Amino acid sequence: MIPSQIAYQKPESLEEALNCVGDLGDMCKILAGGHSLIPVMKLRLADPENLVDITGIPGLKEISDAGDSISIGACATHADIANSRPIHSAAPMVSKAASMIGDIQVRNFGTIGGSIAHADPSADWPAVLLAADASINMQSRSGSRSVKASEFFLGLFMTALQTGEIITSIDIPKSAANANSNYEKFAQPASRFALVGCAVAADNSGDALADVRVAFNGVSATPFRDGGVESALTGSGLNDESISAACGVAADGVDVMSDHFASSAYRKSMAAVFAKRALKGLS
Amino acid sequence: MSLIGSSVKRVEDKRFLTGKGRYTDDIKLPNMTHVAFVRCPNAHATINNIDASKASEMDGVIAIYTGADTAEVNGVPCGWQVNFKNGDTMKEPKHPLLAHGKVLHTGEAVAMVVAETLAQAKDAVEAVRVDYGVLPAVTDAKAARVDGAPIVHDDAPGNLVFDWELGNPIADVDAAIANAHHVTKLDFVNQRVVPNAMEPRSAIGHYDDALDKYTLYTSSQNPHLTRLLLCAFVLGIPEHKVRVVAPDVGGGFGSKIFHYTEEALVIWASKKINRPIKWTADRSESFLTDAHGRDHNTVAEMAFDEAGNVLALRVKTYANLGAYLSTFAPAVPTYLHGTLLQGLYTTPLINVHVDAVFTNTCAVDAYRGAGRPEATYLLERLMDTAALEMKMDPAELRFKNFIPAFDGVEQAGYQTQVALQYDSGNYEPVLRRALEMVGYEDFRAKQKEASSNGKLLGIGFSTYIEACGIAPSAVVGSLGARAGLFESAQVRVQPTGKVSVYSGSHSHGQGHETTFAQIVADRFGIPMEDVDIVHGDSDAVAFGMGTYGSRSLAVGGSAIVKSMDKVLEKGAKVAAHLLEANVDDLDFAEGKWTVKGTDKSVAFGDVSLTAYVPHNYPEGLEPGLDFSSFYDPTNFTYPFGAHVAIVEIDKETGKVSLKRFISVDDVGNVINPMIVDGQIHGGVAQGVGQALHEGTIYDESGQLINASYMDYVMPRADDFPSFEVDRTVTPCPHNPLGVKGAGEAGTIGSTPAVMNAVMDALSPYGIHDVSMPVKSEDVWNIIHSNS
Repeated sequence: MIPSQIAYQKPESLEEALNCVGDLGDMCKILAGGHSLIPVMKLRLADPENLVDITGIPGLKEISDAGDSISIGACATHADIANSRPIHSAAPMVSKAASMIGDIQVRNFGTIGGSIAHADPSADWPAVLLAADASINMQSRSGSRSVKASEFFLGLFMTALQTGEIITSIDIPKSAANANSNYEKFAQPASRFALVGCAVAADNSGDALADVRVAFNGVSATPFRDGGVESALTGSGLNDESISAACGVAADGVDVMSDHFASSAYRKSMAAVFAKRALKGLS
Repeated sequence: MSLIGSSVKRVEDKRFLTGKGRYTDDIKLPNMTHVAFVRCPNAHATINNIDASKASEMDGVIAIYTGADTAEVNGVPCGWQVNFKNGDTMKEPKHPLLAHGKVLHTGEAVAMVVAETLAQAKDAVEAVRVDYGVLPAVTDAKAARVDGAPIVHDDAPGNLVFDWELGNPIADVDAAIANAHHVTKLDFVNQRVVPNAMEPRSAIGHYDDALDKYTLYTSSQNPHLTRLLLCAFVLGIPEHKVRVVAPDVGGGFGSKIFHYTEEALVIWASKKINRPIKWTADRSESFLTDAHGRDHNTVAEMAFDEAGNVLALRVKTYANLGAYLSTFAPAVPTYLHGTLLQGLYTTPLINVHVDAVFTNTCAVDAYRGAGRPEATYLLERLMDTAALEMKMDPAELRFKNFIPAFDGVEQAGYQTQVALQYDSGNYEPVLRRALEMVGYEDFRAKQKEASSNGKLLGIGFSTYIEACGIAPSAVVGSLGARAGLFESAQVRVQPTGKVSVYSGSHSHGQGHETTFAQIVADRFGIPMEDVDIVHGDSDAVAFGMGTYGSRSLAVGGSAIVKSMDKVLEKGAKVAAHLLEANVDDLDFAEGKWTVKGTDKSVAFGDVSLTAYVPHNYPEGLEPGLDFSSFYDPTNFTYPFGAHVAIVEIDKETGKVSLKRFISVDDVGNVINPMIVDGQIHGGVAQGVGQALHEGTIYDESGQLINASYMDYVMPRADDFPSFEVDRTVTPCPHNPLGVKGAGEAGTIGSTPAVMNAVMDALSPYGIHDVSMPVKSEDVWNIIHSNS
């Protein structure tokens, strides 16, 4: 499979890259690991005139401890993330989700920034970043901004990323809830994307659960936090009864996707099952 | 030292594992051009207009051909003719090289773009404008037979290719079923699967005007037959001017047996532009155009007396053959399916009826097992279902009905009700051994215990027989084959005693270069490194019928044995001359001829050197030591076996996991146990794939909506436990090696074993059947609508 003709640029600094994408605007696509973009280009479903490869930019791959958060560079690969000790301590669901993406080859090439910019609703990152209350940092040549994951994922392959902007990093807050987090997925058997993926984080250090965050990908066209499950758990203990009761309302009121692997009714039931499994993994 | 029965490591693996295999797409000829096809996105449409004007002016574009250009060329022929029950000739509409006027399935080529580079060809494909008039499509065989269904070919009313019947008179079978104590009935679909060879199909056509000679490089299991069909039926070019090379081929599973339109097109167009032309399928093209497998829609009924003896079997099948007849398509649902419905059982009355049907889909043809998996599936699903319904043990029900042991030598072969005569068989031991390996007596207790812990465990059985070693030419000829099914082999002993073997079999994963070399080295008493196996080149190998139907060792190997016999017979004459002894006084062993009772001997290499330097030589004997043979088998071979699967079902999700798989196979004598195990493992993976993972999904407009690895579920290594494999050995009585064939056994036995295990696990819910592939959601619905 061969894509159409493209112009290719590989800037060596962020400034150069921002100028590139600023000049080219809608005429370019940003290339990082290429594991979402290149397949659709080979099938000629995407046909960009220009590719701006940002993997040559120093620092964009770094994972660093920023004090009250962990900063993950946009070009960090899933494998880099899965193998990072600081991430594992701060938010085990992030490491676990990274280790469940695709296969070894995909994890060694695919990047977190590329994956969330593509915004496949069945990819593993959206639920995890929503549950982590992560911030996505973006830059353009006119400045930089940061948005919460809950304001980043807007719909099927739609994000808050504007033309001319590059995702530079993702911040995972260090919090009691993130330190007690988990991700479970029911994999679509062919692609191994999520038929249902559920990320959970909850502060269980006090008498009752606090700062409860439950998010799903794979369930609807837009990944979402499930307020119903979160409020059912907030203030209760973490036990079979509370989990069972909370999961009973999983994905209530949500427009659940349907395909030949899972009807919407079944998918909704699996959302409850995988929320339960994710919650049972918390301590 | 015997190499026979030894797990010698595969000779070919060094090049495959180091990336040094040479596949068709690896071949780059000087001045070579590239092809991309414009393929129809609709399943059924008229072609109102093709506008290639813009495309033909694009950079690098050399030529664009459409159906109008190939209209005068013959279509791709079918290699097997099965007539209607009333004797009418089967419907065999032309299969054009490029669609002309009408398109009959998604992915059918409507234009061929030849360009300097592949990228230029692909760009130009996008610029070709085709105006289609979309027509209603039908993709299901049963639906295609209903009045008012869309008609695929105007000259095939009711979309019927042929109807066909085999076995005992239907009235006798009907009566036995009507009067039986118990009848088990299943109405099911044996779904369509995509072969998915790792290497996509590829073809290079090269017309050399200096020599007036054509060369076709192609990813084929069957290069000589491809040459014959190409020359004699499609293009009418002289066979001696055509060389077909099938170099390393990365798997076929049946899909590369057949002669495809693209092979003829690259040869045809190569002469037009007088340059070599390469085409390699991308994965999307493989999904849409490699001949698919299975796709039977079947009602099967089995009648029993009170004691559980099978009294009769009645089968009615709609077999989907797709839009055009692929090379062996008519044989698959008939002579490779109906003839296997005796199974391992003494069923006295059998009748099978098949409607072979055209639909707006890719052609369906032989896929690993080819008809035999479909036959085994229905028999073995009936057996376990009957056991459940009659509250009998499924293993005991089989023991009760097994054909008694016969060796085909002292006891005659077993004559079935459906034409075949089994060569030799001893069926009880394979199932006994499988039960012992699985620990059957303990399993039911474990199952109860698992059930009380919220888990569903299930065990499923399957015993199978297959007809391999395909095939005695006169027999298949009488059944409609338009080719012989013998094999050829040349054994050329070089002057230095090294041996080159030219085999008409084709290895594309089977390990012939190892197994065949073992046979030759063992027989001649020489090291394996002294033997080279040459295959896949019509200029090197005299003739060949290729590799499929688990035939290579039984038929191709036997041809090698025949040539080795001739080498040793002549060699003995030379040896006798050198030893000044009578031929009758010589023994040949361990690479030398020895005068009986003496230490006087002469080595194989000395004899071969003498044969080529015949200074001191028997009078009247021709020099040289080089013999060809053709071997035509006298019967099929009949491997058999027993497979047992254990599955576990996650009640919360409905997901089925295969926990154990036990296979006890009898493939006759075994040359290389490691290679046979590997064949069984791969076969089981594909059979389990059909049960739990694979299957095409067409929408109402005829689109194959899961034509990519994002949506078509292939089985993966982590879906499987370690297989537990054992064997019994019942030699084939009618070929010199005593071998029966192992390539398809795993696929044939495993699918029903797994499905029976799923049904056993679900038996608390009163369910007797679920569709393949088993979807978690379907299982979940069964569990949750009943509890």
